[in-house]
Amino acid sequence: MGSTSAEYDGTGGVGRRDLIKRSAALGLISVPTMSFLSACASSGGDDGGEKAKAGKKTAKNPLGVNETAGMEFVLFDGGFGKEYAQDAVKIYEKNFPEAKVKFSATQKIQSTLQPRFNQGTPPDLIDNSGAEQMDMGVLVGKNQLADLTPLLDAPSYDDPAKKVRDTLRPGIVEMGQFDGDPVWIMYYAYTVYGVWYSQKALDSLDEQYPETWDQMLAVCEKAKKKGMAGWTYAGKYPYYLPFSLYPMIAKVGGREVLDSIDNLEPNAWKHPAVKTCFEAYYELQQKGYVLKGTPGLDHIQSQTAWAQGKALFIPNGSWVENESANVIPKDFDLAVSAPTGIDSSDKMPFGTIWASGGEPFVVPAKAKNGTGGMEQLRIMLSEASSKNFTSKVKSLTAYNGGTDGITLTPGLKSGVAALDKAGENVVNPRIQDWYVQLQKEQIGVSGLGEMMAGRLTPAEAIKKIQGFADAAAKDTSIKHYKHQ
Amino acid sequence: MQHGKYRFIVGFLALPLGLYALFVVWPFIQSIYYSFTDWTGLSPEFKMVGLDNYRRMLDDEIFWKSLQHSLIFAVVLPLVTISLALFFAFMINVGGRRRRGGPVISGVRGSSFYKIVYFFPQVLSIAIVALLFAFAYNPDSGAINSILRGIGLDSIQPLWLGDPDLALWAVMAVLVWSTVGFFVVLFSAGMASIPADLYEAALLDGANRSTTFFRITLPLLWDTVQSGWVYMGILALGAESFAVVQIMTTGPGGPDYSTTVMVLYVYQKAFRDGQAAYATTIGVALLVVTLAFAALVMRLGRRERLEF
Repeated sequence: MGSTSAEYDGTGGVGRRDLIKRSAALGLISVPTMSFLSACASSGGDDGGEKAKAGKKTAKNPLGVNETAGMEFVLFDGGFGKEYAQDAVKIYEKNFPEAKVKFSATQKIQSTLQPRFNQGTPPDLIDNSGAEQMDMGVLVGKNQLADLTPLLDAPSYDDPAKKVRDTLRPGIVEMGQFDGDPVWIMYYAYTVYGVWYSQKALDSLDEQYPETWDQMLAVCEKAKKKGMAGWTYAGKYPYYLPFSLYPMIAKVGGREVLDSIDNLEPNAWKHPAVKTCFEAYYELQQKGYVLKGTPGLDHIQSQTAWAQGKALFIPNGSWVENESANVIPKDFDLAVSAPTGIDSSDKMPFGTIWASGGEPFVVPAKAKNGTGGMEQLRIMLSEASSKNFTSKVKSLTAYNGGTDGITLTPGLKSGVAALDKAGENVVNPRIQDWYVQLQKEQIGVSGLGEMMAGRLTPAEAIKKIQGFADAAAKDTSIKHYKHQ
Repeated sequence: MQHGKYRFIVGFLALPLGLYALFVVWPFIQSIYYSFTDWTGLSPEFKMVGLDNYRRMLDDEIFWKSLQHSLIFAVVLPLVTISLALFFAFMINVGGRRRRGGPVISGVRGSSFYKIVYFFPQVLSIAIVALLFAFAYNPDSGAINSILRGIGLDSIQPLWLGDPDLALWAVMAVLVWSTVGFFVVLFSAGMASIPADLYEAALLDGANRSTTFFRITLPLLWDTVQSGWVYMGILALGAESFAVVQIMTTGPGGPDYSTTVMVLYVYQKAFRDGQAAYATTIGVALLVVTLAFAALVMRLGRRERLEF
C-alpha cells in the first residue's frame, strides 16, 4: 500500500484521491438513472416550423396531400420487419413523384422520437410499437396526436365508393378511440388470441378440441397418462394467460363482464363468471395438468417446451407462429381455437374469441405533413398492400379480407377459420392498452401468476386483483377511460 | 507565490470540473427540479405541483418494497462479494503452503490458473451473464435443475426465478458470480504490495493462516477494501442490479414484486407509464440512499492508516 498519499491528515474524512474515486463511482450510477431523464426535456418550444400547405383534393388525392411536400415515416423494426412498409412507401413515391419521402426503421421508438415530440418536430407517420412504445394515453392526453377521422372518411384506395372505415375489420376503429369520437390510432396488424395447439398431437390422443370444461379436464387427463402436460404458459409473464382467460370470462358471463372490468367498476372482478373461470384454471394447476416448472419459464421457453410436445395447449397470440417458427416441427399442424367454456349454460356460444389490432400507427398533431402520413396509411390499407403484408409476415391486417389467392400458413389459416366461426362474437378487452401497469404487473404477475403457481387460491387472487383495480380507479396520476 | 499556485491548480481543474458540472451536476439539478412537476416525458408541457410527487411516493407500497430490496442489495452483495474475494485473493497470493526452495509466501497450487478463472466472468457483459443464468435457472430444462436431477435429487426442483422466496437470492447470486473476479484481482494487486518481510516475521512468530490474514493482510489492505465496498454498493444500487432484474426476473420485478429494485422502478415509471416526473422523484430518493450509503461506509470504515 505504498501508494497511500502522504498528505492525508488522518482525521478529515475523505482524501483527495478518494474523493475523486468516489465521485466517479457515484457518477456511474447517477448518470444513467438521472441524466437520461432530463436530457430529453426542457428545450421544449413550439417552433415546430411551418406546416405544409394543403394540396388540391382530387379523386386520386382525396385527402388533399401537398404533392411537393416531404413526408417522414418512422417504422418500428420488429417481428414484422420493414419490407412491407418500404413497399408501401414506393407506391407513395410513385403517386407523388415530386415528394421526398424520408423513411427510417428503428427498434428504439421512444429514444429516437421522445426528444422530437418534446421539441415539437415529430415525423409525419409513426409505428409506435415494441418494447419502447410511447404511452398512448399520455400522448393523447397531451394533445400530441392528430385525429384520423379524415382518413377514415376518405374513399378507400381500391373502391372510391367505399370509405376506408368500411373496409376495416370489426373493432379496429373503436380501438383507436380513447374518449369520444376522435380516432387517434390506426392499428395495422390484426392479432387473434386464443388457445394454440398442435392438431397432430390432439389427433394422436384421439381427441377433438374440447368445448366444455369437463371435456378439457378429460383431454388433459388423457394427455397426462401419456406423459404430456395439458397446459403451459409464459410463467414469467403471466399476462399471457388473459389471452384465453378473458374471452372465457366473456363467454361464461357475457361481454358486459369484461366491459365493467375495463371500466374499473367497483366489484367488477367479483362477478360469478370471473370466479368460475378462475376456479377452472386453478383446477388445471391443482390436478397437475400444468407443465412442471412453468412459473419459471419465459415466453420463449414455454413456447419451446410446447413446440417440443411437452404440453398440449398454450394461451398466446397469432405472432407465435412467426416467433417460434424455428422450433415448431414441420408436421406440427399448428392450430388455434377460441377458449373452452364451462358448459352450454354459458352466455355466449363456443367460438367467442379475442381478436384485436396490433402495430399502432399514429400521425402526430405537430407533424409538418400529417396529411401525407394519412395518405401513406390509406395506401397501406389497400387490398394489394394488405396481401403483401400477410404473405410476407404471416399476419392478418386491419383490412377486412385480403387473404384470397395467397397461400396461408397452418396457423394463419386456422386463425382465419376461428374468426369466421366467431362472426360477431369477437371480444376486445381494452385493459391491456388502457392500464398497462395494472394489467401486466398487478393482475398478471401478482394475481394470475401467483394463482397459477398455486400460491393463491382463486378467492384470494380475486380479492387481490379487485384491490389493485380499485386502487387504479382512485389513482389520479393515471388517465381513466370508459367504454362508450 | 500563493496566488500563482492557485491559478496553476485552477488551470488544470477547470476543464474536468466544467465537464463534471455540465454532465453530472447539472442533470442532477434538473432532475430535482422535474421532481416538483407533473412532466410526462412525452410532451414539452408541464406545470409545478409542489410536493405532490413526494407525498405520493411515501404512500406508494411498491416504492417501499423496491427501497427495501435495494437496501438488501446494498448490504448483502458487498458483504458476500468482498468476503469471498478476500478469501480467494488470500488463498491465491498468500495462503499456500511453503514449498522447499520456493518464495516465503505463495498462493495455493495452481493459483495463476484460478486467477484467470475468477476474472473470466468480468469479460462478459452483464446482459449476457443475466441471459445465461436465466437459461440456467429454467426449471424445466435449465442446467441447475438438470444437475439436481442428474444426481438423483428429483424431489428438489425449485422454481428459482418463479418462486417469490428464492427469486431475489437467485438474482443476487448472479451478481456475486459476475463481480467477484474483479475484486479478486483488485485485492491481489493490493496484497502484492504488502512487504514480504511482514509475513516472514509473522511466520517466524508461529502465526497460522487466519492470524496472518486478520492481523496483517486485512489491516494493510483496508483502504482497498473500503473503496471496493463503496464501489460494489453503488453497483448493487444502480446499473448492475437494474440489468439483472430487468433481464432475468418475472414481470420484470416479480413474482409478486419480490425482486423489484429502485432503478427498475424509475425505469418503469419513466418509460412504461409515461410519468417521468414521478420517476425523477424516485431518482432523487435513490440519490439520497446512495449518498447515505457512501457516507455510512466511510464513517464506519475510518481507522488509523498505516504507513510503510
